[in-house]
Amino acid sequence: MTATMDAKVREAVGTADRPEPVGPLGSSLIFTHRALLKIKHVPEQLFDVTMFPILFTLMFTYIFGGAIAGSTGAYLDYLAPGILVQTVVMITMYTAMTINNDIKKGVFDRIRSLPVWRPSLMVGALLGDTLRFTMASTVILVVTMLIGYRPPGGVVGVVTAVVLLLVFCFSVSWIWTLLGLKLRSPEAVMGVSMMVLFPITFLSNVFVPIETMPDWLQPIVENNPVSILVDAVRSLMIGDPDGGSILAVLVISGVLVAIFGPLTMRSYARKN
Amino acid sequence: MSDLAIETSGLVKIFGEHRAVDGVDLQVPSGGVYGVLGPNGAGKTTVIRMLATLLKPDGGSARVLGHDVVAEAGTVRSRVAMTGQFASLDEDLTGLENLVMLARLYGFRGTAARDRAAQLLDAFDLTEAGPRQVKSYSGGMRRRIDIAGSIVVRPDLMFLDEPTTGLDPRSRNQVWDIVRALVGAGTTVLLTTQYLDEADQLADRIAVIDRGKVIAEGTTGELKASVGSGSLRVRVADSADRETAASLLAQALDAEPVLESDPYALGFTVSDPGVVPAALVRVRDHGVAISEFSLGQPSLDEVFLALTGEHVADVEPDESEHNRGEVPA
Repeated sequence: MTATMDAKVREAVGTADRPEPVGPLGSSLIFTHRALLKIKHVPEQLFDVTMFPILFTLMFTYIFGGAIAGSTGAYLDYLAPGILVQTVVMITMYTAMTINNDIKKGVFDRIRSLPVWRPSLMVGALLGDTLRFTMASTVILVVTMLIGYRPPGGVVGVVTAVVLLLVFCFSVSWIWTLLGLKLRSPEAVMGVSMMVLFPITFLSNVFVPIETMPDWLQPIVENNPVSILVDAVRSLMIGDPDGGSILAVLVISGVLVAIFGPLTMRSYARKN
Repeated sequence: MSDLAIETSGLVKIFGEHRAVDGVDLQVPSGGVYGVLGPNGAGKTTVIRMLATLLKPDGGSARVLGHDVVAEAGTVRSRVAMTGQFASLDEDLTGLENLVMLARLYGFRGTAARDRAAQLLDAFDLTEAGPRQVKSYSGGMRRRIDIAGSIVVRPDLMFLDEPTTGLDPRSRNQVWDIVRALVGAGTTVLLTTQYLDEADQLADRIAVIDRGKVIAEGTTGELKASVGSGSLRVRVADSADRETAASLLAQALDAEPVLESDPYALGFTVSDPGVVPAALVRVRDHGVAISEFSLGQPSLDEVFLALTGEHVADVEPDESEHNRGEVPA
């Protein structure tokens, strides 16, 4: 190191004044910005968010459409809202992966040692994820409309449906933040979340009406939160909102945050 | 406020059955560099993580800059910074973006955050690397940007956890210079290291930790004096002569020889360096050729050997410190 570098380091250390620390909302938005920067630098991470939904939509529509609903067009009206829900709920698990990676890489330690509102890392990451969910929703809607889907609910119906979906996914993500904190590796996170997400999205009315399932299975599928969400989203996109299921989704979301929010924060504060 | 930067008493951390930190008492004065020296798994990182409020102690107490690390964790956090093995930056972001983000988190707004980040990059000779992703940085650049991230606002106390592990000699010297510059600017530095020469070079006082306990504490001079005032190292020209040289010197110096793994080398801890020349002449008079010799202060390796009966390198590394993510909360 040269003498000038030494002087510069001294100056840099010495001159740092201490501004007023940023508030909770400010720090959350800074972490949201970080999530966006990551998308900019690692655009590959959007692959799952875009390719996965496109493949699913095309596969299900053209392979199963005729068998299930008589024609691909008729099936699309049923499937589009369902596959929208399934895709976005599936990608919520990346929240857990992000947090787990931060712990592994030491970013977590640095951020926890900062004098900022501690939950802001989580809140910011979740807000960033919400943006990814929005992107995925857009992709699905564009693809389904390209192959002939015309939502009867119009713009208002579609937008309210997506907002409701985002609320639900934001709430579900708190389960994954907890998982991300508790599990040892991103691979473990992937394994556990797949074990939960596959059954919960398939044991639902995403692909087929509940009436076609065996009697013993129907009550399980009917009470699956994903089915309730699909009912609500479908009703909004059809243009005939079902107040009961919409309210139920909001209640479920509230309960999820009320339970997993505090659990996550407790685990965050105590993390070794 | 007391003039101690850190004061711990009976600090304990238990991971499962393993007492990673087993009753550590430290008094770290304000100003200067305090070294915590020990082999892998000795408990150094665990101590630092407790002092930086990242880990709750299972027993004992610790005050950092006069504040309790548990009851006043928030106050402690606002005045310390941590860098090193674990506390790190986001590899996907550029160096500049990382520093701007940290500056914003510390409360710099708008252009003030950018200006501060640019100043830090310049001071650490990273302006050119600023727009690149951190994952593309070399080890030395990584460490510099990590340290830069820790001084966005001037910390009163800085924890550096093994700051030079894995660095090439040139980068290591750069980090040492940065540490000296930090101290020059008034920051107290607590540094952990497993390198004896690093503690020797940088630290004013040293605590030697082994198996979760402090086994010695003092200035480097005091620690060395505790094992004898000087150290003589001799290499013989012919390894067959080593035994003869050892017994001759042992007699002349009244000290126990230490036979090193190098078959030509032997060492002594001597209480009176004045008798060394005569002793060496005696060896030559017996027809044993000496190829080199050196007389100096005992190295910290010898200190460690004297304290624990083991060479630093011989101590079985304990993995528990590195599996911290897998330890039940």
